Amino acid sequence: MHGDRGERFELHRWLYRTMFTIRTVEERLARSFMAGLIHGACHTYVGEEAVATGVCAGLTDDDAVFSTHRGHGHALAKGVSPAALIAELYGRETGISHGRGGSMHLFAPEIGLMGTSGIVGPCILQAAGAGYSAKLLENGSIGVAFFGDGAVGNGAFHEGLNLAAIYDLPVLFVCENNLYATEVPFSYASRNPDVASRASGYGIAGIGVDGNDVLAVHEAATGAIRRARAGEGPTLIEARTYRTRPHAEGMSPTGVYRTEEEVAEWREKDPISRFRSRILSEGTVPESDLDRIESDVRAEVDEAEREAAAAPWPDGGTAPSHVYRETT
Amino acid sequence: MTERTFTEAAREALSDAMDADPTIFVVGEGAGERGGNFETTAGLYEKHGPVRLCDTPICERGFIGMCTGAAMTGTRPVVDFMFTDFILDGLGELINQTSKMQYMSNGRLKMPMVLRGCIGIGHSAATHHSGSYYPLFVHIPGFRVALPSNPADAKGLFATALRSEDPVFFMEHRHLLNLKGPVPEGEHRVPFGQAAVAREGTDATVVALTVMVHHALQIAEELSGEGVSLEIIDPRTVAPLDTETILESVRKTGRLLIVDETFMPCGIGAEISAHVTEHGFDELDAPIMRLNGAHVPTPYSPSLEQAVVPDRASIEQAVRELLAE
Repeated sequence: MHGDRGERFELHRWLYRTMFTIRTVEERLARSFMAGLIHGACHTYVGEEAVATGVCAGLTDDDAVFSTHRGHGHALAKGVSPAALIAELYGRETGISHGRGGSMHLFAPEIGLMGTSGIVGPCILQAAGAGYSAKLLENGSIGVAFFGDGAVGNGAFHEGLNLAAIYDLPVLFVCENNLYATEVPFSYASRNPDVASRASGYGIAGIGVDGNDVLAVHEAATGAIRRARAGEGPTLIEARTYRTRPHAEGMSPTGVYRTEEEVAEWREKDPISRFRSRILSEGTVPESDLDRIESDVRAEVDEAEREAAAAPWPDGGTAPSHVYRETT
Repeated sequence: MTERTFTEAAREALSDAMDADPTIFVVGEGAGERGGNFETTAGLYEKHGPVRLCDTPICERGFIGMCTGAAMTGTRPVVDFMFTDFILDGLGELINQTSKMQYMSNGRLKMPMVLRGCIGIGHSAATHHSGSYYPLFVHIPGFRVALPSNPADAKGLFATALRSEDPVFFMEHRHLLNLKGPVPEGEHRVPFGQAAVAREGTDATVVALTVMVHHALQIAEELSGEGVSLEIIDPRTVAPLDTETILESVRKTGRLLIVDETFMPCGIGAEISAHVTEHGFDELDAPIMRLNGAHVPTPYSPSLEQAVVPDRASIEQAVRELLAE
């Protein structure tokens, strides 16, 4: 965002397109879930798009991202196509993991998506491991863990941050604090509401940021990425955000844990419409370009969905393959 | 051949592999400058430095998870647990992550990770420093499990583990660490899934694991004076398990005893017994027998400890019962 007008034009276009792609895919998936096209759980990222987008804008294909059960946004921001993502959730042969993973096990190592996960916490440790590889191989890449506030009370958070700290590993720990672990409030699960402040306990940098402001996220991530690549160690970023849909599709968006009024308040802070207003007020991208992006993305996602629905199922006979790399 | 201890032989394999492959690194409590609690890495820190010989805090879950991520991103971690009991703090990482990465990624990720640690009952180590637990890992798809019983196999199996693209447990029995024996010089690899016939015989087959191989060999020698001919089989790896060599032996002897220090229920003996029953029932002249350590946590006092682990007397008794059937 500190670049010249041309750079800002390109960056803002990319950020807008990526966030809008995530939103469009997620809303499509929510409808598909209701239609019975998704066979397992589906946790959408609606409302949190700015975090994955702002961070991944600063990454290359060689940087390794480790994600969560709410990982569609990370996959798309890292470069997975809507077609490969939707087909995976539909359980089809054309899915990103050929139907072996589904929503919570999305892998595209060739572009540095090292997996979404059904277990809360391990991504933090694995990102530290990617940092260790980078340190040993001296290849300049970094590891990135996305995780929610629910992971902060998990031992993996403590062990992963400490290991990355003592070895000065090039790692970003990105906590998407959306206030609830499933439906347990973070205010209940922690005596210290400030996640970023925990960084000082490990002797590393910690930054709290408005997770619904994509430029603020991007700026925080850019600094952390630069420090990591310079050998200055890991950073903990707390991006304060909110999911406006239920924990998982099919559940209620509100309940004993939060009110409709609270959800409505956060919808007012929607990261995509906020960024659109910002772009238009600063004049970095013409409105007609944004409209074109939206229509292009809608068409791409519609086509991706049609392709996924028509794609073949994986052959059941292949189920035993890839347990081992080597046969004996 | 050179005379080496078990630990020296395994270290030779590690040292050679680290010279040849700059992506190998070792983590563990004391694996760095100290050279390993059991001298597993002695002398390597001076040669390769702190990034490749990495001391850790006491956080098994943490460094298993870290090494899983490292193996996914182009390096080859060796996790030195000291005692295998300590692995249990990282079971979630191992079973939900390490073992499944290749599958979840549809074969696009590799998992070249070696997990080594001391196993076995002895020295009044009590129940947090005496576990073996390898049947747990055999049950899980995705793991390899190597159980060397002598220095040559320690070198050869470890060399294979260090070049495997799958996660491998390399488990070293406490009573074998200082055992000396002939070890091939230079490159020496023992493939996984190939049992060794430690002694040929015709009257009964004894499948024995790790330190039990030595007890069984001694009993075989003693009973040979009575005209009894035992065949002793050392599987060397239990995942994969060379069932063909076992079946071949049973076809010859008609009698089978499996001796394993670990627990009996759902154990290696149960697996071998089921396999032989399914595929070699007509070859059997007697019911298959199992001899295991007692199904209890390991007690401390020498008199209690001795009572929970198979020894030469109990193996000899089991063999006599099997032959009497």
